[in-house]
Amino acid sequence: MKFLHNFIEKIRPAETSPMYTLHNAIETFLFVPGHTTHSGAHVRDAIDLKRTMFTVIIALLPALVFGMFNAGYQHYRWLSPDLAFWTVDNLMYGAMRIMPMIAVTYIAGLSIEIYFAYINKHAVNEGFLVSGMLIPLIMPIDIPLWMVAISTAFAVLFGKEVFGGTGMNVLNPALTARAFAFFAYPTYMSGDKVWIGDSADLAQKVDGFSGATALGQYATTGTTSYSAWDAFLGYIPGSIGETSALAILIGAAYLIYSGVGSWKIMLSGALGALTMALIFNSVSGSMDPGPMKEYMSIPPHFHLVFGSAAFALVFMATDPVSAAHTETGKWIYGFMIGILGILIRVFNPAYPEGWMLAILLMNTLAPLVDYYVVDSNIQKRLKRAKA
Amino acid sequence: MSSNEQSKPKSGLFSKENRKLLADPFNMQNPVTVQVLGICSSLAITVKLQPAIVMGVSVLVVTAFSNLITSLLRNLIPNRIRIIVQLVVVAALVIVVDQILKAYVYDVSKQLSVFVGLIITNCILMGRIEAFALGNTPWKSFLDGIGNGAGYAVVLIVIAFIRELLGSGQLYGYQVVPADWYLNPETGTGFYSNNGMMLLPPMALIVVAIIIWVQRSKFKDLIEK
Repeated sequence: MKFLHNFIEKIRPAETSPMYTLHNAIETFLFVPGHTTHSGAHVRDAIDLKRTMFTVIIALLPALVFGMFNAGYQHYRWLSPDLAFWTVDNLMYGAMRIMPMIAVTYIAGLSIEIYFAYINKHAVNEGFLVSGMLIPLIMPIDIPLWMVAISTAFAVLFGKEVFGGTGMNVLNPALTARAFAFFAYPTYMSGDKVWIGDSADLAQKVDGFSGATALGQYATTGTTSYSAWDAFLGYIPGSIGETSALAILIGAAYLIYSGVGSWKIMLSGALGALTMALIFNSVSGSMDPGPMKEYMSIPPHFHLVFGSAAFALVFMATDPVSAAHTETGKWIYGFMIGILGILIRVFNPAYPEGWMLAILLMNTLAPLVDYYVVDSNIQKRLKRAKA
Repeated sequence: MSSNEQSKPKSGLFSKENRKLLADPFNMQNPVTVQVLGICSSLAITVKLQPAIVMGVSVLVVTAFSNLITSLLRNLIPNRIRIIVQLVVVAALVIVVDQILKAYVYDVSKQLSVFVGLIITNCILMGRIEAFALGNTPWKSFLDGIGNGAGYAVVLIVIAFIRELLGSGQLYGYQVVPADWYLNPETGTGFYSNNGMMLLPPMALIVVAIIIWVQRSKFKDLIEK
């Protein structure tokens, strides 16, 4: 450690060069900076933004590792039925596909971040550590790498830097990247051909190949060939990190234990989703028979394990910058995301999932929620003061 | 108003002052990027280059002649009904332009659809008439109209250039991106794909934002305090 520290000291570039910003970023990543905030009332401890963000990365690891195994499993499953899940082959296939995506995301995003930090003359922000890991996890495996790079660059520029960088963004940067990719390259972000590695190749080799996700099947037929238990464990096609509710729950437990993620948003989001699904259940009885009736009458808890519900509620809705900040606001914000997420998922004819749009919409409304929560508190106190 | 004009010395047709009227709207007084007028139509008809050019020219003609006509009438118009008179002038010109487009470039006229008629609501027109033509001589007003119309047209063309190139790989309807660059899902050849977001109005707004960003970082005077 001493050796590493000395080495870092030795290669410190001049303060005016862009390399200084990069050097500073690496140094504070490896070692806790020796200085603390010098003015105002602050809690002064070693948990700075960088270490908070790193907690989220650790929480994402189960989903990431599972995603690698699953990427291989979904690919090889079509070539050899009765394939085992936890094999080195599966992991290698997934790693070969996913590692480049992660690298591309970090290179594209961090180079823009470092450039902006350099021209604005401040240390590089740590927010992208998490965004850079989240973006690959919410992409389909078959998306070309340059699309990932462009979406990331767009999200960092227009989701974040134009508002003033980390902490000032209105929208969740990772979801901004996904939304951009979704609207710019819809054929690579949805449909039946992107969720399983090398779909085009498999479709030629294997008869009866189907790369549809469970929700894709629900949207067209009102039923799915995957069981809810498989979906909970994650043995289904989908975006890289979203399939396993179990792996995500492990991450959620760590986020809640470390106090980084808000359990209020996660819980209220799940409650909102269950409420909306129950409403659908209750009205589906009077509907005409057909796929829509089938879809609307699936049990509420199924909605939480299929698609990206778990991932969105645990890792996306809880983004501390774009979520509501007041404690009451978090309940409202999460609940509305749950309601809207299921609403868009079931009724959207173009796209069988709704969490991305639900969260982005609530991101823009979060300041409004906070405003009225604070305002109602002021009114309550004024009333009490008068009495 | 009129006494103010007469006190000024006579100037040549293209004196420095008059050239300024033509040139300013291109950059420091651009109606779209600086005054943020006429945004709606610049989002709606910039998917392709051809309609954008036709729209730009139409607006240029209407601004120029509505400025000229209003300026000629400026001492006859009672102040209280001036908006109605301006509307009649602009509406008449818009109808003429619309008929000409229908007669000579019917396809483009179809694409522009309602937006030609909506030139009448373009803020640039009323803005220039109110702010300039009512208080200036016809020649100056005419130049000002041409300048502002051209400033609008230039921005439209830049936006349409970017959107058509990135959104459909074409320029003025001709394929620019080589066809064998495109990713073919069946054979796996190629690498490129058009950006579908460029065809949607939100991306046009972001392209306008980029133009404004570039312009203001180049000309620091434009940055609001």
